[in-house]
Amino acid sequence: MMAQEDKILQETPSQTVGPYVHTGLAPWAIGLDVFKTDIGAEIVGPKSKGRRITVSGRIIDGADDLVRDALIEVWQANANGIYRHVEDPKFGELEKDFRGWGRAWTNFETGKWSFQTVKPGPIKDRDGVMHAPHLNIWIVARGINIGLSTRIYFVDETDANAKDPVLNMILPEQRRQTLLAKYRDEKLKTNDYVVDIALQGDHETVFLNT
Amino acid sequence: MREYFARDHARHPPALTQDYKSTVLRSPKHAPLTLGQTISEITGPHFGQGDIGELDNDLIRNFAKDGDPIGERIILHGRVCDEGRRPVPDALIEIWQANAGGRYRHQNDGYLAPLDPNFGGCGRTMTDDAGYYRFQTIKPGAYPWPNWEPSWRPAHVHVSVFGHSFSQRLVTQLYFEGDPLIERCPIANSIPDLRTLQQLVAPLDMDTAQPSDCLAYRFDIVLRGRFSTPFENRLEGS
Ligand SMILES: [Fe+3]
Repeated sequence: MMAQEDKILQETPSQTVGPYVHTGLAPWAIGLDVFKTDIGAEIVGPKSKGRRITVSGRIIDGADDLVRDALIEVWQANANGIYRHVEDPKFGELEKDFRGWGRAWTNFETGKWSFQTVKPGPIKDRDGVMHAPHLNIWIVARGINIGLSTRIYFVDETDANAKDPVLNMILPEQRRQTLLAKYRDEKLKTNDYVVDIALQGDHETVFLNT
Repeated sequence: MREYFARDHARHPPALTQDYKSTVLRSPKHAPLTLGQTISEITGPHFGQGDIGELDNDLIRNFAKDGDPIGERIILHGRVCDEGRRPVPDALIEIWQANAGGRYRHQNDGYLAPLDPNFGGCGRTMTDDAGYYRFQTIKPGAYPWPNWEPSWRPAHVHVSVFGHSFSQRLVTQLYFEGDPLIERCPIANSIPDLRTLQQLVAPLDMDTAQPSDCLAYRFDIVLRGRFSTPFENRLEGS
């Protein structure tokens, strides 16, 4: 363990968002008109470079039922693998309208969430290690006591995925599949990816302690 | 690179807490995979004043149609800092809550207390250079909810915080000093340690209360801190 001598205070403990998370974090989902700007609506703007994609899926509980009251956030790099954050060394090279963060919720009927964005590029970590293109995901809902973190990778990045240091930590190996977004149409390979997130069960998604 | 302190999961609620029934089918059974932080974790979205409207932090006025909402007027305020006691400026704080009768403005809330035509129940603000934030609102009412047995939630405000990295992301609930329902609540008690739960109980703050106007409660928030000296970046096994 590393020494933590700089730690004077203790982090505020987490609590569930409960069933009414939309009232605060997605008022647009329930027709609640309070705020002028929807901060989570646009991950990218019209001038952001890269391949336009949709990533969508469902969230499933331990009884294989749809989770229809979840909120999901995405944080991603742009098409060149740069994050909109001062600690990214290439921060200055970003398109002005690229934000890289967005928020969605699972549909009250279908249970489906979706993000419209650009496909991120491979990401060079500060030690030079390359990470395969991925979306960082955070999920909260009633019954989730502390937000769940995971990543979404892409099925068409075979070589990069094979070298990705996070995917390679996952054992048994078949659980790596749970993080892989697949083409909705395997034959046409359009820009439409799907990945279901399982909170529990035989295909439980790999969650990350970041 | 400078890493964030590891999250102390013994202080947070475990994924599965039997007394809070909804966790039974929504808690992962596998332990999460522990990562050393990469650039994906130490970065995160940044918000600015341009994202926020003038009345966004005033829940008394931000949905008012033909008058003020019913209920006890209060100020909720405090400071966001990290575990190293460094203030966190430019943090985005979003809150939501029930009205004074304990009813949310939400299509799935069917509690018999009435909606308040002048109360929306959501607000947001950014911390200033010293990490301070402030909301004006109505004290929420307690409400019943379906669980193992009829359960009542203590009066609470949901609080969502963005610090400076995605790994600092936190959502919690604020409770009010002196509420006898706190110790009876399965959600509050999903936090294993009573002293840790006290961190969520906002004390009455008479110094900030406004004469002939409103009471005040103080809620300080601590986000994960980080080492002041750089560490070799590496990934850990679980
Ligand atoms: Fe609530």
